Amino acid sequence: MIAYLIRRISYALPILVGVNLLTFALFFVVNTPDDMARMQLGIKRVSPEAIARWEQQHGYDKPLFLNSAAAGIDKITDTIFWQKSASMFVLDFGYSDDGRDISREIATRMWPSLSIALPTFLIGLIVYVSFALLMTLFRATALDMAGVSLCVFLMSVSGLFYIIGGQFLVSKLWHLVPISGYAGGLDSFKFVVLPILIGIAGSVGASSRWYRTIFLEEIGKDYVRTARAKGLSELRVLFTHVLKNAMIPILTGVVVVIPLLFMGSLLTESFFGIPGLGSYTIDAINAQDFSVVRAMVFLGSLLYIVGLILTDISYTMVDPRVRLS
Amino acid sequence: MSFMPVFLWSDKLIFLILAVGIACVWYVRQLEHLLVPWRRVARNPTAMVSLLVLSLFVLVGLLDTLHYRAALPDRNDGETVYSPEVLSVFDKLVTPLRTQTEKTYSAPLAVTLYAKESVIDASGHVLREYPRLRFGGAGLTDVRQRDADIFRRGLTGALAGLAAGLLIALGSKRWLVKRKWPMRALLASTLVISVLIGATVNLAAAYHVLGTDKVGQDVLYLSLKSIRTGLIIGTVTTLVTLPLALFLGVAAGYFRGWVDDVIQYIYTVLSSIPSVLLIAAAVLMMQVTIDMHPGWFTTLASRADLRLVFLCLILGVTSWTGLCRLLRGETLKLREMEYIQAAQAFGVSPLRILMRHIMPNVMHIVLISLVMDFSGLVLAEAVLSYVGVGVDPSMISFGTMINAARLELGREPMVWWSLASAFGFMLALVLAANLFADAVRDAFDPRLNRTWEAE
Repeated sequence: MIAYLIRRISYALPILVGVNLLTFALFFVVNTPDDMARMQLGIKRVSPEAIARWEQQHGYDKPLFLNSAAAGIDKITDTIFWQKSASMFVLDFGYSDDGRDISREIATRMWPSLSIALPTFLIGLIVYVSFALLMTLFRATALDMAGVSLCVFLMSVSGLFYIIGGQFLVSKLWHLVPISGYAGGLDSFKFVVLPILIGIAGSVGASSRWYRTIFLEEIGKDYVRTARAKGLSELRVLFTHVLKNAMIPILTGVVVVIPLLFMGSLLTESFFGIPGLGSYTIDAINAQDFSVVRAMVFLGSLLYIVGLILTDISYTMVDPRVRLS
Repeated sequence: MSFMPVFLWSDKLIFLILAVGIACVWYVRQLEHLLVPWRRVARNPTAMVSLLVLSLFVLVGLLDTLHYRAALPDRNDGETVYSPEVLSVFDKLVTPLRTQTEKTYSAPLAVTLYAKESVIDASGHVLREYPRLRFGGAGLTDVRQRDADIFRRGLTGALAGLAAGLLIALGSKRWLVKRKWPMRALLASTLVISVLIGATVNLAAAYHVLGTDKVGQDVLYLSLKSIRTGLIIGTVTTLVTLPLALFLGVAAGYFRGWVDDVIQYIYTVLSSIPSVLLIAAAVLMMQVTIDMHPGWFTTLASRADLRLVFLCLILGVTSWTGLCRLLRGETLKLREMEYIQAAQAFGVSPLRILMRHIMPNVMHIVLISLVMDFSGLVLAEAVLSYVGVGVDPSMISFGTMINAARLELGREPMVWWSLASAFGFMLALVLAANLFADAVRDAFDPRLNRTWEAE
């Protein structure tokens, strides 16, 4: 297990290096720091001194990869790439434009994000799988047909509609919960319940249909016929045999997103004023705070790769045929 | 009046797609084995009705793609000067909708503005009342006649639409019977659509059918203009996705070894970045580049347009990885097939094997994936525009409409019509695309397990 983990992580490292180089190229090579300074300070009538000052403040006044002016190891370390990009490997994200430590912001904003994303994920999973099982149970009947049609309809509605419509209906018309905001501790319940419900409703169509396809693929297999032939009830076949065997495709799609739950949802958080990482990212995009966006890109891919490794480990838990070797 | 045709970047790409599409249709028509799955699609009533709706959307989008700049009134020195405003044939067709702007918000089919204003009447008294609209219901002498007038106009329009629909239905009936297309569904939907269009056109001549927005623009016009943006995002993106995914995926699967390693590495890196973040980062950088080079653009429209094309490019670069992985897997399977090994034994060159033996056999995957992605891209545009990394704010799109209307939900009474129209049009487009995509998948996917249906 440990040996497997070490090998997996050593596979993951080159990918992270690739992500790092890609983001570096995107943020520093496509547009030079000069361009960014001009953009931030206003495009016209900006003096070279102001640009130089801005670059110095942000630490962008160094060469990109190789500092030939410096001596020894500084040739490599005293560059933008080393200080801004390579440093992200030790989770040092530097400072945002308003002078805050990005790593600390991430550590504090992670929890509000998680308080919405985790319940959405867990309750959502139960709802989608149950709905899909129900459709599978009534497969090829009018009920199944209606369920699938409902799913197609729901997935054709824009995600923004669920949020705007839900906010309008529940908060503005019925006054059940506040429109937006957040509080720490148990008080946060009334703030998070609506985003969670909307988050679940938002992907019920696509997810349920996907699970239904998985279940239907399983139900055509021979072991299901065997199970029926030995006289098991349809419910039992569905819950103990089909559900168990469908675990591998389900886990493939599900486990990988678990670490990404920390990042929260951009849309939900900005609509509901949740001080999480999603709204942090959106604010950074709107303020064109490149350091924050860069940090989020790297963090996102890091979590995704962790998710991939977790997926592989989870296979061994549900399927004894899979061995980590 | 003379005019100068304008070909924006997105126009050229749309024409390119159109040409490729027509070429594909012409090619498929000649080959019986390629026609079989399409016949299956053509027998599916849901698919054909969706296709009818989609083709109406495409028609509006195409009319909106033929751009030109009108000549300004002659100057004395005889030199023709063209207006800086880029218009489309569609704009010209619906000129009243485009030019008849009110002062600010007005509800659908309203004759007055949405908010009260101070009005000075004939005797010099200042009154607070709802001012009449400049164009909406301008022909009415008495506001109380509005309901009757709307009813009359709607009814005559619907009847005219019904008549036109019946004519079309009668004209196309024999043709449908000959081709075994689902006649009843198609005829019924033609009638419904033509009644709707008839009523809307007749009402739009005198009212703002879907109201007006903050600066008084007709919401119906905005919604119809948004269609082109949505279609471009959904189709031009595939121009980027398709070659990347097809060539890299097939090459990785066929050559294996280091080619496979490199290509797998590239797509793993790209797909491990959460797509919204990658798109956001790329769009932010594109904005800087565009702002740094104001000299690239002659008109405002060309600037917004280039941004749209770049957005498609970015969406394409971030979204080819899924299809590439599928194609690599399928090619890995195909290359072990006997007919490929036979071709290798005969000494056929790898390139020829790829072009003649592998690519045609993965095309169903490409087609299914393209039609399935379309609706997702249309929906993504709205979300990206909300996040601030979508189309140019001056470009009319579902995303910008929703973004502008979202802030007005808090007003009393509510301004709901902009949002409702944007969501409604988007739903119609995406639902039709989804239903059509499902039918295409069902018809083309050989792996589709149908044993449970036979029970």
